[in-house]
Amino acid sequence: MRFPLRTVSIVIAAASFAALVCAEDTIKIGEFASMTGKEATFGQISHQGALLAIEEVNAAGGVLGRKLELLTEDDQSKPGESATIVKKFISRDKVVAILGEIVSSRTLEAAPICQNAKIPLVSPGATAPEVTTKGDYIFRACFIDPFVGTITAKFARDTLKVRRAGILSSVSSAQSVGLAKFFRERFTAEGGTIALEQKFGEGDKDFRAQLTAIRAAGVDGVFIPAYYTEAALICKQARDLGLVIPLFGTDGWESAEFLATGGKAVEGCYLVTHYSPENHSPLVRAFNARFQQRWDTPSNALSALGYDAAMLIVDALRRAGTTDSAKLRDALAATAGFVGVTGVFTLDAQRNPTKSAVVLTVKNGKFAFVQDVSP
Amino acid sequence: MAEFLQQLLNGLSLGAIYALIALGYTMVYGVLRFINFAHSDVFMVGSFIGYYAGKLVPENTIWGGLIVLVISMVGCAILGMTIERLAYRPLRGAATLNVLIAAIGVSLLLEYSGQVFFGAAPRTFPALFPSINFSVGGLVLSTNQLLVIVVTTLLMVALQFIVHRTKIGTAMRAVSLNPKAAQLVGINIDVVISFTFALGSALAAAGGILYALNYPSIDPLMGVMPGLKAFVAAVLGGIGNIPGAALGGLILGVVETFVNGSQWSTYKDAIAFAILIIIMLFRPAGLLGKFTIEKV
Repeated sequence: MRFPLRTVSIVIAAASFAALVCAEDTIKIGEFASMTGKEATFGQISHQGALLAIEEVNAAGGVLGRKLELLTEDDQSKPGESATIVKKFISRDKVVAILGEIVSSRTLEAAPICQNAKIPLVSPGATAPEVTTKGDYIFRACFIDPFVGTITAKFARDTLKVRRAGILSSVSSAQSVGLAKFFRERFTAEGGTIALEQKFGEGDKDFRAQLTAIRAAGVDGVFIPAYYTEAALICKQARDLGLVIPLFGTDGWESAEFLATGGKAVEGCYLVTHYSPENHSPLVRAFNARFQQRWDTPSNALSALGYDAAMLIVDALRRAGTTDSAKLRDALAATAGFVGVTGVFTLDAQRNPTKSAVVLTVKNGKFAFVQDVSP
Repeated sequence: MAEFLQQLLNGLSLGAIYALIALGYTMVYGVLRFINFAHSDVFMVGSFIGYYAGKLVPENTIWGGLIVLVISMVGCAILGMTIERLAYRPLRGAATLNVLIAAIGVSLLLEYSGQVFFGAAPRTFPALFPSINFSVGGLVLSTNQLLVIVVTTLLMVALQFIVHRTKIGTAMRAVSLNPKAAQLVGINIDVVISFTFALGSALAAAGGILYALNYPSIDPLMGVMPGLKAFVAAVLGGIGNIPGAALGGLILGVVETFVNGSQWSTYKDAIAFAILIIIMLFRPAGLLGKFTIEKV
């Protein structure tokens, strides 16, 4: 009985030693994303961008003389999953940094865990302001809701000439609530009126009641801070009810499903987002070509943000010269003038980037570039 | 006034969908005295059958739409009978609670196998029937909404006819009254129960197709919320009672729509369910249900 036990323990010791050696070989970066579920395209697309960045860095020889390894886990677009995944990344996989989620609410679940473990978290697309307030180890590659809300209000006032606006926001999404608030603040500060704000809940499919009330309020534009599944149905039902006024939203709309479900109803709708592959800058064109070659599909805002988020970590690793988490954090926080595909990044004291935004419209069933908006 | 009428119309068309799903719940309950929680997932399977069958027929044609509707109803009738044969029949005679748990199991099985087979991402449902929006005096209504109201009414009348005027319907009511006595007078209980499930599941399939036509984004968990609302509608109207299910569905749809269109839209489900609780306090058997005192 004693003999096999000793053999087993030797084998275990050998295996754990081997694992230790392996772990020293690569620099591990964890990534949690919604690869399946309601916001599946968000996770899949930002993952494509992040993976492309890691592959390019590895092809060029890696960082600090070591190769990078991207560990990706699916949170199924469900609340609660991301916390579990992040705990596993930190305690079992010993990652040096974590790439967060596109969706704010799921990034918010993971942020306190990363902060307590002192592992830097970089979210490609969580735009809710409170994400980075969870601690000084939490970063993001996207601009935040106050900025998007402000830019959308500015665009609605100046370009669309909206005077009385309606808002249809979600009660269950942190991003939607924030966007509606900042849009309202800026829009009323510019002299516009918010005639009516209506709410909908998680999983709703019928918005005719809210839209009928908005129609009755006599508005000349509706701001819809919602994700693409709901936004497409909202636009469709708004057009069915005879609302021919401009409908506009934000980066949450940017998905092929929005165009497929919305069909003719979403033609001429506007959205403010992070990036457009139609931008003429040589950097964006080159990135788009590489992305197209790797994934056989054009890049979009989320893939560009996924790419930039991964490159922010790589850039910080190079400047820190070590994988030590405190030094890596300091290097990330010191990011200034970093040239990403979604603009030139400088992180402010709250670890939020300042950079430019773009306005897109839907034309012939495709997203088309309208204009650049600088902060 | 125009807004009020438009909201009423919105509410009725939403309520008609709840009513259609509620019919299936109430019928199975009427015969077997048990709530088939898998009903809302058969509803989901129905719309996915429609999604795949819809690719085989030309879009925007009436005959194409009808063929898809029939395929989906037949497919779900077979699914319903299979579920009954495999999951519920072995438990016949066991405590009601066991069957109820089995029903929840079947429901979860369908939802999560749906995620494996159909994928978890929402799909865009094809436009099966030609759809036109018409407006009468400022009131806007689409043909799809009208279709829901018409189909729900037709199916409800057909169901009333089957249950009260046909031989199999008489057998269903006999089984409902006393299964043992029904067997003694020569009714084949297995056939009657299979038929009940086939009918209920076909109704769920019709509901699934109509729901997806109005809200063309379908996913494997799409049945959960409408299923819950329809169950509430069935209880509200008096479970086991066919006109009651329709009435309950309409009330729930209209209340939800009016709350949604008001400044309290944040609390719409809370208000809708509070009304349910109040009605149940005053009429425990539901609006049209009969309250019977069990004598020992």
